[in-house]
Amino acid sequence: MTLAPAPTPAPTPAPATEAVLSLRAASFGYGDRPVLADVNLMVRPGEVVAVLGPNGAGKSTLMKGILGLNELVSGSVTLFGVPSTEFHDRARMGYVPQRHTLSASVRATVEEIVSSGRLPRLGRLGRMRATDRQIVARALDVVGLADRAATEVSTLSGGQQRRVLIARALASQPDVLIMDEPTAGVDAANQRVLAAVLERLADRDVTMVIVTHEIGALKRLFTRVVVVDAGRIQFDGTPQQYAARRTVARHDDGNGCDTHPVDQQDGRGTNRGTLALGPLDHLRGHHGWSA
Amino acid sequence: MSDLLSIDFMQRALIAALLVGTVAPMVGIFLVQRRLSLIGDGMGHVALAGVAIGLVTGQGPVLTALVAAVIAAVVIELLRDRGRTNGDVALAVIFYGGIAAGVVIISKAPDGTPANLTKYLFGSILTTQREDLYVFAALAAVISFTTWALRPRLFAVANDEEYARAVGLPVLALNIVLAVLTAATVVIAMRVVGLLLISALMIVPNAAAQLIARSFSSGVRWAVAFGLVSAVGGVAVSYPLNTPSGGTIVLVAVAIFIVTAAVAAAIARVSQHRHAVAERHDHEHGLDCGHLAVPHGDHVDYVHDGHRHAPHEGHYDEHGDPQTAGSSGAETTGTRRG
Repeated sequence: MTLAPAPTPAPTPAPATEAVLSLRAASFGYGDRPVLADVNLMVRPGEVVAVLGPNGAGKSTLMKGILGLNELVSGSVTLFGVPSTEFHDRARMGYVPQRHTLSASVRATVEEIVSSGRLPRLGRLGRMRATDRQIVARALDVVGLADRAATEVSTLSGGQQRRVLIARALASQPDVLIMDEPTAGVDAANQRVLAAVLERLADRDVTMVIVTHEIGALKRLFTRVVVVDAGRIQFDGTPQQYAARRTVARHDDGNGCDTHPVDQQDGRGTNRGTLALGPLDHLRGHHGWSA
Repeated sequence: MSDLLSIDFMQRALIAALLVGTVAPMVGIFLVQRRLSLIGDGMGHVALAGVAIGLVTGQGPVLTALVAAVIAAVVIELLRDRGRTNGDVALAVIFYGGIAAGVVIISKAPDGTPANLTKYLFGSILTTQREDLYVFAALAAVISFTTWALRPRLFAVANDEEYARAVGLPVLALNIVLAVLTAATVVIAMRVVGLLLISALMIVPNAAAQLIARSFSSGVRWAVAFGLVSAVGGVAVSYPLNTPSGGTIVLVAVAIFIVTAAVAAAIARVSQHRHAVAERHDHEHGLDCGHLAVPHGDHVDYVHDGHRHAPHEGHYDEHGDPQTAGSSGAETTGTRRG
């Protein structure tokens, strides 16, 4: 699952059948108030999973829970077959956080930032060798920033900075990429480039979990859609099932929430009775509970 | 200058200045990066309590100050790691408790005169003893080696702590190491610039360096150069002017900052005129974008609707038309910030 033939010894890749990550009845949050409850989710190698849901629904909590950044209140998280509490090879997890600005406090070049992504593979005190530099250069190549390696990051556009963060994650040659809102706040030209970069990764069978509130620019990418709302997983299926479900619901699109697939023709179902419903409300209806 | 060097205490003062001027900015850049510019100040406050204990018990004040500052450093990092609540207030309690204890305890010391207190608060580089110099040199060697060896990791943690945690870097350990390095720097700088001015030597050279640096590593190099010039220059100037060395060093550093800011602003204005930015560019050039890529000096231009576009910072520059390629254009590369 690594991006390129690894010149340095990488951990033996997981067998194809082994789940990349597996959550069983997992709840995340603080103390006795879980933000996200009873999550069952298994991601297999090669899957590209969209995690959708409105702001505040618990998407980021789910992602941070997988990464071990917030507390697992109950249930279990297994990463590459190892319980997360015993999992120490965190370099296999490529994390692309949501950042609108990079290193505003001191100057740093694209290469310096991306090189910091190589550190998890260098051990306690190891320094960058020629092969590590090659891997960093290749990561910059994949995201199309090879010609900006020496550029100071704060001078880059938002979309370019997002690609710097993707390259940083790639530099550790991870077995899964976990991204938080990669396209948020990125202009159209850069969204296209970003989508192309992610499609290139998907073609190489890189496993990805992408948290997003807009499926639009990335919709060709996903093999699976998971919808999180109100602290629970409300839907888990293929993009086709997801689209079909929305069409059946035929709700009104008037509230401007952008969790819709952009290709869906809306506005014909002028059913006044559903006007006040949100885009996920039909899912709630199926589950028989209200917000 | 040559007669300055022949005076014994001036020699020692200049060596101490050299050590501090080099080391303080190397640690300071990580404090600037973590937006903790004032933490050195607080540790200086706590170090005063250490000095006072040393004077009362007859121990070497440098050693007791080091112990006090290191303990404070570790406690501060543990508090920051532990608490979402009131970490800031806890720091204030530690810092002010430190300086208050220092003032009270020092008054009970055998030579607890106001003059003695001033010596530590504002520095007295000219009283530096030969033994002090050995301690300073050893500390400076340890600090510069550690910051060099850990620089990529300290950079990664200060740059994005959450990411560092997610990929399994030892975040707390690295933060504690940085805090201890800060404490050690505070103790060396104590004699040279004084406990109240320590932060200045860690931060001001970095502030000036950030105005002209284009990368983290060049930022470190400029800051060390500015720190050295300020410390050594300040000591050298303070002797003929008969001014306190600590204050003079800091004023030289501030002067360097102001001059650098003026020069950087002037250069930015000039290069703006020599710099043509491609207007409204809603396409990102790349390996397979379909536009002809033409090597041009140290970079690649893309031929886009008859224009040559060169990637520069967040935008594209116009580098002349394709027909006249190679002969002109190189001088249009500017340094304007996008």
